[in-house]
Amino acid sequence: MPDPIVSVRNVSRRYPGGVTAVDNVSVDIMPNEFFALLGPSGCGKTTLLRMISGLDAPSEGHIYIGGEDMALTPPNKRPTNMVFQSYAVFPHMTVSENVAYGLKVTGVPADETKRRVAEALEQVKLTHLADRKPDQMSGGQRQRVALARALVKRPKVLLLDEPLSALDAKLRDDMRLELTRLQQEVGITFIIVTHDQDEALSMATRIAVMEKGSIRQLATPEELYEHPTSRFVADFIGKVNLFDADVVSQKGKAVICNAKGLGKMNLTTDRTCGKQVTIAVRPEKLKLSKTAPKAEGLIKAEAKVRDVAYYGDWSEVVVELANGQMVSVNVQNDKRDGSILGINRGEKTFVSWNPADSLVLTE
Amino acid sequence: MSGQLKPGQGPLEYGRRRWLQSLFAVTLMVLYLPIAVLVAFSFNEQNRGGVWKGFTFENYPKAWANQSIYDAMVNSLTIAVITTLFATVIGTMVAVMMWRFRFPLKPAYEAAMGLPIVIPEICMGVALLLFFNGTGLMGFFSNLVWPFNLATIIIAHIAFCFPFVAIVVRSRLVGFNKQLEEASRDLGANEWQTFWQVLVPYMKPGIISGALLAFTLSLDDFVITFFTSGPETVTFPVKIYSMVKTGVKYEVNAASTILIVITILATVLAMKLQAPEKSGH
Repeated sequence: MPDPIVSVRNVSRRYPGGVTAVDNVSVDIMPNEFFALLGPSGCGKTTLLRMISGLDAPSEGHIYIGGEDMALTPPNKRPTNMVFQSYAVFPHMTVSENVAYGLKVTGVPADETKRRVAEALEQVKLTHLADRKPDQMSGGQRQRVALARALVKRPKVLLLDEPLSALDAKLRDDMRLELTRLQQEVGITFIIVTHDQDEALSMATRIAVMEKGSIRQLATPEELYEHPTSRFVADFIGKVNLFDADVVSQKGKAVICNAKGLGKMNLTTDRTCGKQVTIAVRPEKLKLSKTAPKAEGLIKAEAKVRDVAYYGDWSEVVVELANGQMVSVNVQNDKRDGSILGINRGEKTFVSWNPADSLVLTE
Repeated sequence: MSGQLKPGQGPLEYGRRRWLQSLFAVTLMVLYLPIAVLVAFSFNEQNRGGVWKGFTFENYPKAWANQSIYDAMVNSLTIAVITTLFATVIGTMVAVMMWRFRFPLKPAYEAAMGLPIVIPEICMGVALLLFFNGTGLMGFFSNLVWPFNLATIIIAHIAFCFPFVAIVVRSRLVGFNKQLEEASRDLGANEWQTFWQVLVPYMKPGIISGALLAFTLSLDDFVITFFTSGPETVTFPVKIYSMVKTGVKYEVNAASTILIVITILATVLAMKLQAPEKSGH
């Protein structure tokens, strides 16, 4: 295992007035990782990023970059560079002046500056706009300027604060691929802050999900999605159906639960359950059928179709169980006949899934 | 009020209401007709009396040749330039301080900063006169050689000009994106570099228009100058005043016209620079 490039040790950030933005966070970020800090607004993810950059200082704890304690290192001396949410492109400078700025102020010789600026502009495909002023550019182009300006410094770590939030949907998809490509090309560590789970899932190698200043779960995208450890994470990442359940008995990994609206079921879990658990299952793991499924061992329930939301390639069907709980089911629209198994609002249907696809959440 | 609009009339087309048009005309006349007459008569052939005799440029060289008008003009310009330099630097620093920092009694301080703008000039003139006489500064400075004998006037002018600069620059700073400053620091610039290469270029339009404002204020100030000038020093507005008292010669008109032109140029330039940029951030 290589040494971490960024090591955050027991860092807290308290603001005067008793607000704790970051609460005793420890995390190690490895070289060449595409690391995402994901969470709802106000969870402390941006504060953590700013503390790594040096623009904010921890109230407690230490941050090490490349093994060195950064406590007394101001932002201009850190091997990190940031892409700001507002891009913060200097309005009075042209694109190439913007990119050259970070080299100029640190006394890099003019000919080297010129070469590196050209190289960076090439990387973000902006060579043809080198002499433009930022106010003549689109949001996506300004974002590229901000990226080039940071990359030209050859930082050990590139910090990105909500880099895609101000772009429109189509551009966001392009930029997402672009960022992944850039990260592989330049081979430096990216730390991205985002509130958008799709962004984090599609780009990051590892994701730290934050809530109220703490990291709730740190895992790869697949693991976060398929094996969330808490109700918060399950609910925040993707869509999920949650059922409150009482624990009847537990023997090792096998646990028998009595879920509201579903009845008794045999599940497996690595955790020790208390009396109450939450059973979670993703909408795409559920099946709908007109008649009760015959296969043994499925979890099944009768339901009524309440709503169908059509998204083109798939539809979200909301069904209501006998006890009134709503359940979302994702259905692939893989037939062209326009009907989803002939499901219409108000009709009776059966919802079923494999117990192995459900999760037992203890927190 | 009837809500009826005449055909071809929009709800906000006040420009078409006759009574508003006349009010507008009267206002313009009262404000600008005297100035227009003054400028026109600077080209009059006859030297005295309000009768138009014919067009000439004669009065301009005459005014130029008049040593006392010339000296007064040089004094005024010298005072204005020095005042502008100091007022701009101090005003900009005040603006940055009020924008950047929080400190105890800040609102009181901000209000005190604006005092020279609202205080009647006559009060400020008298107060400064008493101050300069009481401290002996008046006697001290008026015995020095030119341009140091202008110091009392310059000090007084800086005192009432810098708040204007501060206000203009301060309002420019409101739109500043603080992430620009952070980006500069993040890219390796120290605070000094950040100030000069990011903040100052951003403030520049404000600084320039504030400076031009200070320049025009200083150039045509009469009241405060009158009180704070030493016995020997005469500035342009004071000179004109004394000449008018002994009967209007058209040299005065010519000199005044020049003053008006300088003032208008500076003001137009200031307004141009203060105009918001086409696209924001």
